[in-house]
Amino acid sequence: MDAQPSITLNGNTFSFTPGETILEVARRHDIDIPTLCHLKRATPTGACRICMVEVEGARTLLAACATPAADNMVVHTESPKVVDARKAILRLMLSSGNHNCAVRGGDDEDWTAFQLRVQKDDGSDALCPVWGDCELQNLAYRYQVSGERFPAVETPYPMETVNPFIVRDFSRCILCGRCVQACNDVQVNHAINFGYRGSVTKIVASGDRPLKDSNCVFCGECVQACPVGALVEKDVRYRHRPWEMKKVRTTCSYCGVGCQMILHVKENQVVKVTGAQDVPPNWGSLCVKGRFGFNFIASPDRLKTPLVKENGAFREATWEEALDKVTEKLQEIKDRHGSDSIGVLASARTTNEENYLAQKFTRAVLKTNNIDHCARL
Amino acid sequence: MTNTIGDIEEADVLLVTGSNTTENHPVLSSFAKRAVKFRGAKLILVDPRKIGMAEFAHVWLRQNLGTDVAWLNGMMHVIIEEGLYNKGFVESRTNGFEDLKKTVAKYTPEYVEGITGIPAEDLKEAARLYATAEKASILYCMGITQHTTGTDNVKSLANLAMLCGHMGKPGTGVNPLRGQNNVQGACDMGGLPNVYSGYQPVADLAVAQKMESAWGVTGLSTKPGLTVTQMMPAAHEGKLKALYVIGENPLVSDPDLNHARKCLEHLDFMVVQDIFLTETAQMADVVLPSCCFAEKDGTFSNTERRVQRVRKAVEPPGQAKDDWEILCALSTRMGYPMTYAGPREIMEEIARVTPSYGGITYERIEDEGLHWPCPNVEHPGTPILHKEQFTSGKGNFHAIEYIPPAEMADEEYPLYLTTGRVLYQYHTGTMTMKSEGLNEKAPECFVEISPEDAEKYNVKDGSRAMIRSRRGEIRVAVKVSPMAVTGTVFIPFHFAQAAANTLTNAALDPVCKIPEFKVCAVQLKQAA
Ligand code: SF4
Ligand code: SF4
Ligand code: SF4
Ligand code: FES
Repeated sequence: MDAQPSITLNGNTFSFTPGETILEVARRHDIDIPTLCHLKRATPTGACRICMVEVEGARTLLAACATPAADNMVVHTESPKVVDARKAILRLMLSSGNHNCAVRGGDDEDWTAFQLRVQKDDGSDALCPVWGDCELQNLAYRYQVSGERFPAVETPYPMETVNPFIVRDFSRCILCGRCVQACNDVQVNHAINFGYRGSVTKIVASGDRPLKDSNCVFCGECVQACPVGALVEKDVRYRHRPWEMKKVRTTCSYCGVGCQMILHVKENQVVKVTGAQDVPPNWGSLCVKGRFGFNFIASPDRLKTPLVKENGAFREATWEEALDKVTEKLQEIKDRHGSDSIGVLASARTTNEENYLAQKFTRAVLKTNNIDHCARL
Repeated sequence: MTNTIGDIEEADVLLVTGSNTTENHPVLSSFAKRAVKFRGAKLILVDPRKIGMAEFAHVWLRQNLGTDVAWLNGMMHVIIEEGLYNKGFVESRTNGFEDLKKTVAKYTPEYVEGITGIPAEDLKEAARLYATAEKASILYCMGITQHTTGTDNVKSLANLAMLCGHMGKPGTGVNPLRGQNNVQGACDMGGLPNVYSGYQPVADLAVAQKMESAWGVTGLSTKPGLTVTQMMPAAHEGKLKALYVIGENPLVSDPDLNHARKCLEHLDFMVVQDIFLTETAQMADVVLPSCCFAEKDGTFSNTERRVQRVRKAVEPPGQAKDDWEILCALSTRMGYPMTYAGPREIMEEIARVTPSYGGITYERIEDEGLHWPCPNVEHPGTPILHKEQFTSGKGNFHAIEYIPPAEMADEEYPLYLTTGRVLYQYHTGTMTMKSEGLNEKAPECFVEISPEDAEKYNVKDGSRAMIRSRRGEIRVAVKVSPMAVTGTVFIPFHFAQAAANTLTNAALDPVCKIPEFKVCAVQLKQAA
């Protein structure tokens, strides 16, 4: 007999390692229990209750993200009771704030007035900026609920747009607390936390100041963690939609940590950067340079053609011309003054492959070992 | 790094020195911060400035600039004196302990206090913490290397780790944090004057012969070449006639810029291959436009020796080309045909001629990078170095005496200057300064000065000051900050318009030729 404890999920029995939560066991077996407040790499808070499941013998529904799996436990993840409870939570969330993604009911009069008000708040006539990229919207669709059964509640806090990187839209915040954990438990920047309490709870930066006047270092971990449209990159908001962007995974080109990142590309331009989830070394995290420092790629100042200096001034040249000139001069200097009169500075910025060729060129063609790079500096 | 980034979170004690981790390696710093906050790790910070990590430090030692060997010897003195060192490790895995012991004998905490300004009691506490930890890891950066005694500093850190046996296990090690994305790779690939890829010495005849047959050439030089800091004076003396610069901007990053400019002016011919018309490119005879990271395929090796993929996401602007394509074209024109189907094929050649990269293939690193040494395709890579033994068998202690920095403050130049970086800018700023948001956060050069010094020199926060050294002067904004220690000012080096390196000293470490960016003497005046 297998000594490992086992748990039954929706009629199938799985073994698990003690300490694993119901959610973890379920995810390992591709059983999709929805979550909102749950953030990988942080301790579960059990705040949103959307992950509730029915456990036989338990008096109430239990939060799968915070409940450890137990031997012989029998769990139903989508029973009628569970579905009803999830619907209730979703309805409440949708009714508070500007969730104008059209999952909110259809033809009552209130709808038009609501849309107009939200559009005014947003300064845009388009639907929610994260339409199509929102976990709340996905769940509302999955459980077929809208917010119309409750009167729409307005948020007392205006949008914050005064920093260059992040827009904080409190009207769309569902107070899941993922950003708070991202900031305090993952990046440990201690910039934001829950403030006020009760019905006026708000995510605040030290003393309810704008992010730019707080400890915030604009790593954007909170933006990546936010399941809804409450935290959005300023330059992406209403300009780029997820379905327009192709994603390419690569390595950050700034510091030596080598964070794995996703470049979001639209019309041959990088328009957004996110951390690649679930892989070392950064497990989804980035810093302000990696996340927001990509404008140089498409800068109009980029060099576009070879340049050759004549009488002290540059003129544009063809590759033929430029390479001929370099070949001729290097050959001439090598012949006249010897190989060691030439030096090459390779680059800590270019790839391994390119550095390898740079030293091969220096050693095999120029025949000198005068090659170095600026790593010392 | 001898260990991995993930490993930092495993340590019980972290010794962080010469690294402004939260600003220069932000994501890596979060591993250290989490270790302190959630695992109860103790952080020993040794840094002249009250940097962000100080908030997490259990002990913060504020040393006088350029006195690192002294406090390290002092810590070892205490550890030996109190019998806290790892006798088993020292006996079985190291050589030279007796010499080390003799040398550090005179570095009593009191003697060290006189040199470093670190209170004797604090030093003792730090020494005990580090020595008695089960797993202790050292993290350091350019605050350690950019000194005339940089090599000595690094060796002293290794001494300390070996003395306590904090090597070769998870959560330990001596971990240099590389400033630029692919410094590690540039070194690994032989972008150094004395070694081919994989650190195979150029002076070794057998290696030269191997490379000759691999590359199908003859007459490879066995004479080590010049370092960048030697190339500059060689250009000045007329010995170096031509310079080919790929993606570097020595005219902002080099020490003593006025002198560096003069050196480059002496060249007969300079080619610069870059993505922008940098300060250095403006002096070139030919400028070749190259692709940036988002426009190319290839690999970078990060600071933990992990070889990771770079992937093309967008087309390059205009006629810009991949650096490797340019090199191939040039080489072919100069009579040595170089053709590759692409970076993947170059990596195959790298793996063939570079033992430590022997097992690296694009297929294997598609999802997760591999740590070299990785000698063959079955090898899982080496996240932790020196597990069973050191590369050369036993580890050697180096008995090292403290030598003061090359330039000391005096009556004429009464303040010390140290240089570094800020979170929102990167290196010489050619990339970060293209982002308005980053510029908004860090718009211009500044001098960080303590409130006491600000009063003494009669400058106010936000006003302008002139800073002068024996080599030049710059005008910058004043930032009065509790991060600064009285008697020392800090200036970030990113800004070409007020380049801190106009002031810095080009005095070099005798072994690794790193200039002393971290210490020079200056005077400060209110700007007119
Ligand atoms: S950007 Fe980073 S530091 Fe700022 S609030 Fe978000 S997680 Fe915290
Ligand atoms: S801002 Fe986003 S992540 Fe933060 S609590 Fe609100 S919904 Fe959750
Ligand atoms: S995202 Fe930041 S920490 Fe990560 S590699 Fe890039 S610069 Fe370094
Ligand atoms: S995801 Fe479990 S309580 Fe929110």
